[in-house]
Amino acid sequence: MVTAKRREPIGPSLSRKDFVSDQEVRWCPGCGDYSILAQTQKVMPELGIPRENIVFISGIGCSSRLPYYMNTYGFHSIHGRAPTIASGLKSSRPELSVWVVTGDGDALSIGGNHILHVLRRNVDLQIVLHNNEIYGLTKGQYSPTSELGKRTKSSPYGTIDRPLRPLSVAIGAEATFVARSIDADAHHLQRMLERAYQHHGAAFVEVYQNCNIFNDGAFAEFTAKEVRADRMIMLEHGQPMIFGKQQDRGLRLNGMKIEVVQLGNGITEADLVVHDETLDDPTIAFLLSRMDYPEYPVPIGVLRAVQRPTYEDLMAQQIQHAIETEGEGALKEIFLEGDTWTVE
Amino acid sequence: MTTLTKESEQPEHPEVLELDRVTIRFAGDSGDGMQLAGTQFTKTSAVAGNDISTFPDIPAEIRAPQGSLPGVSGFQVSFSSHEIYTPGDAPDVLVAMNPAALKTNLPDLPRGGILIVNEDEFNETNLKKAGYATNPLDDGSLRSYRLYHVPISTLNARALEDSGLTAVQIDRCKNMFSLGLTFWMFSRPLDTTLRWIDDKFGKNKAVAEGNKTALKAGYHFGETTEMFATHYHVPKAKLKPGLYRNITGNEATALGFLTASKLAGRPLFYGSYPITPASDVLHELARFKRFGVRTFQAEDEIAAVGAAIGASFGGALGLTGTSGPGLALKSEAIGLAVMVELPLVIMDVQRAGPSTGMPTKTEQGDLLQAMFGRNGESPVAIVAPATASDCFQMAVEAFRIAVKYRTPVIFLSDGYLGMGSEPWLVPDIETLPKIDPDFATDPATFKPYARDPQTLARPWAVPGTPDLEHRIGGLEKADITGNVSYDAANHDKMVRLRAEKVARIVQDVPDLEVDGDESGGLLVLGWGSTYGVITTAVQRARAQGKKVSAAHLRYLNPLPANLGDLLKRYDRVLMPEINLGQMRLLVRGHYLVDAIGLNKVSGRPFTIAEIESKIAELVG
Repeated sequence: MVTAKRREPIGPSLSRKDFVSDQEVRWCPGCGDYSILAQTQKVMPELGIPRENIVFISGIGCSSRLPYYMNTYGFHSIHGRAPTIASGLKSSRPELSVWVVTGDGDALSIGGNHILHVLRRNVDLQIVLHNNEIYGLTKGQYSPTSELGKRTKSSPYGTIDRPLRPLSVAIGAEATFVARSIDADAHHLQRMLERAYQHHGAAFVEVYQNCNIFNDGAFAEFTAKEVRADRMIMLEHGQPMIFGKQQDRGLRLNGMKIEVVQLGNGITEADLVVHDETLDDPTIAFLLSRMDYPEYPVPIGVLRAVQRPTYEDLMAQQIQHAIETEGEGALKEIFLEGDTWTVE
Repeated sequence: MTTLTKESEQPEHPEVLELDRVTIRFAGDSGDGMQLAGTQFTKTSAVAGNDISTFPDIPAEIRAPQGSLPGVSGFQVSFSSHEIYTPGDAPDVLVAMNPAALKTNLPDLPRGGILIVNEDEFNETNLKKAGYATNPLDDGSLRSYRLYHVPISTLNARALEDSGLTAVQIDRCKNMFSLGLTFWMFSRPLDTTLRWIDDKFGKNKAVAEGNKTALKAGYHFGETTEMFATHYHVPKAKLKPGLYRNITGNEATALGFLTASKLAGRPLFYGSYPITPASDVLHELARFKRFGVRTFQAEDEIAAVGAAIGASFGGALGLTGTSGPGLALKSEAIGLAVMVELPLVIMDVQRAGPSTGMPTKTEQGDLLQAMFGRNGESPVAIVAPATASDCFQMAVEAFRIAVKYRTPVIFLSDGYLGMGSEPWLVPDIETLPKIDPDFATDPATFKPYARDPQTLARPWAVPGTPDLEHRIGGLEKADITGNVSYDAANHDKMVRLRAEKVARIVQDVPDLEVDGDESGGLLVLGWGSTYGVITTAVQRARAQGKKVSAAHLRYLNPLPANLGDLLKRYDRVLMPEINLGQMRLLVRGHYLVDAIGLNKVSGRPFTIAEIESKIAELVG
């Protein structure tokens, strides 16, 4: 894996319960956030980071309560601004592992600007976006990812604004790592969180999260166990894009378009797109990010993972370079810049 | 004070006249290099041992059409043989490089003042652009000034005809010609500027030589022509002994923040979005990489303050800076910093508002925004520097308070202070007291919202500290534990604790000192950048035997402990402010003192005369 960062486990080995805080979890029973929290707590000990070096930062919304339940350092901030706080922390303390927990409203509505900029700067953060396509905390208004025409409390006649695709936004914002997972697929979600951590740079993970109170079953038509194999595609680096219960369908490039093909009748695996998450050109990743059911299988996995210098590394390098070439700063010398004179 | 503006007989041969104070204003098109000429005049006068004070008058940021009235840029410098506190009310000398500069600046020049104009620019087009129907150089309208019209463009071009420079490059040197001329008039040496030219244009020899030639040509023109009957000398000022440099308020602010970082042994993190007139602080701090300073040019004002809070959470000195509209955008995040009780400094270089207002013009209109511009009971500390060089000390103070009390502190400067300059007595770093970050490290005693009994500050436990893992945030915190709490009694207690904590900063606020009598008569009470004019006006009134004293607030929240008693000792209190009475509202509210306002909101600082006349009105 070109993007992996190698870190050896340090200190006594920790377990999931070391990451469970003493606070009572207060999400609605049945909420997809429980699973995301559990997978996050399970993954933490695997990463081999001292617990005190882990920080979870969130904005506002149901998902943003997550830091309270993690026994790490945590900061539940203000609506949409978690990426800004995380950027300040990570760029001044690069040795910390900084995670941003956000939702579709937090990241793409009120905090839309910050998401763009934290991604283009490539600050080495793990950004986990719980996408439930609804405003849950404020009790059921439509969100920037709600489907067009959706009827909610604030859109009794149906929404008239077109939704954003979080992964397309991320790719457009120069994200170096873009992935998607599902709350209910514990194993896959754990794997994506690990991959996000291993990526050196801004890692953006969209998690389809069911809000069983205000938007129940929003993803069920393709995530339900019995249909999942036919309606979703699991992206694997280096593998041809095959899906279906019988592994008999695939994705083929036709000009600038991806098309679904049935294997057989002269169409073989060799005709399919081989997934390469390391492509510098984001075109195919972008096409994948726009695949919706029912026209396409919905992709999960890592769409894009490319290596670029991180913001905090470049910042540290500039400081190091300045010290090496100009010498460590002495106040006296700065005080006396320009013309000075002495009064006797 | 100044004899220059008095009508005097002009002797036949140049003579040297000694003056105690002179104020010159350079005015021209924004492309004419007037800021540069003014800055060089300032440096030279400072090095010559005068006390100095400057104020640039910059047009709106976007360059207006050449020769137009909105495109006029000015720079005023006052230099003196004694201590001065302001860049002078009215200039004694006006250098006008074109008709538009004459038109916009002439109203400030007292009758009898010296007027030097570049007659080459007084052509039909430029006169029309400036709205002159007839040429003021010929129509007699300038008869009451001591007018010198000099063909500056022509003389400059002639001096540089063999320089090898292009016509455009030659024309750009004409500010140096004018500067040379004023250097001669006021017996200034050329060496400081000659050195500066070498530093600035060293790589381009021809341009450097061109500028030097133009400077000397202007100087020699003054010397050899019979045009100026007199030239003037301003003796050295008697300033406090020590090593000085000239400094603008924004430079002093940047150095103060940098010094605070050194004193605390913690790196400085500056999150900022460019905004006039605060951007210079970003430019300054961005140069200080070798000090470990991290500057973060954010995507917006909110990200700038958010990043600073994040850096503070990590144990850095988190700083954000802006001007009024940006402070409005930062409000919610400042409220968060109040709630999470982390050190944070917010610099506001105030400008004329509301809304976008007049970005390059000064005002004190953000005081109440700084005090109250957040939701809920959200107290912050506020400090306000009194002079350009005081920006250094108050910037250090801002961080000293922020770190000790774990609180946001607003540093309230303004455009007049930020862009103005004066001599700065360079401090001895060794004598400045250290700032102790006092990080929490002991898991046995750590409670996120336990408080220091004296300051009520909570512990600063930074990520990376083993076994102090804890969660903070904008939701109300339970006392001691810091857990989320909706408990009614707890909220009431926490609101009062946060207020009490900020109130207790008064322990670190020096008592207010009075310049003048300890009681009786009129007290003129100011804050921030009005220090210079108030001090000068009160000193003049006292010299005339009036019973007037002055006191100046640099700590605005909390106010000095002795202020209430002090106010009651005077018959009357006058409060000049560049707003409609914001501090007066606070002082009346706190102390039930019926202070009188003197308010001006024109985008310009008070003149000494304005304060003097109000004093005269009140005390006769």
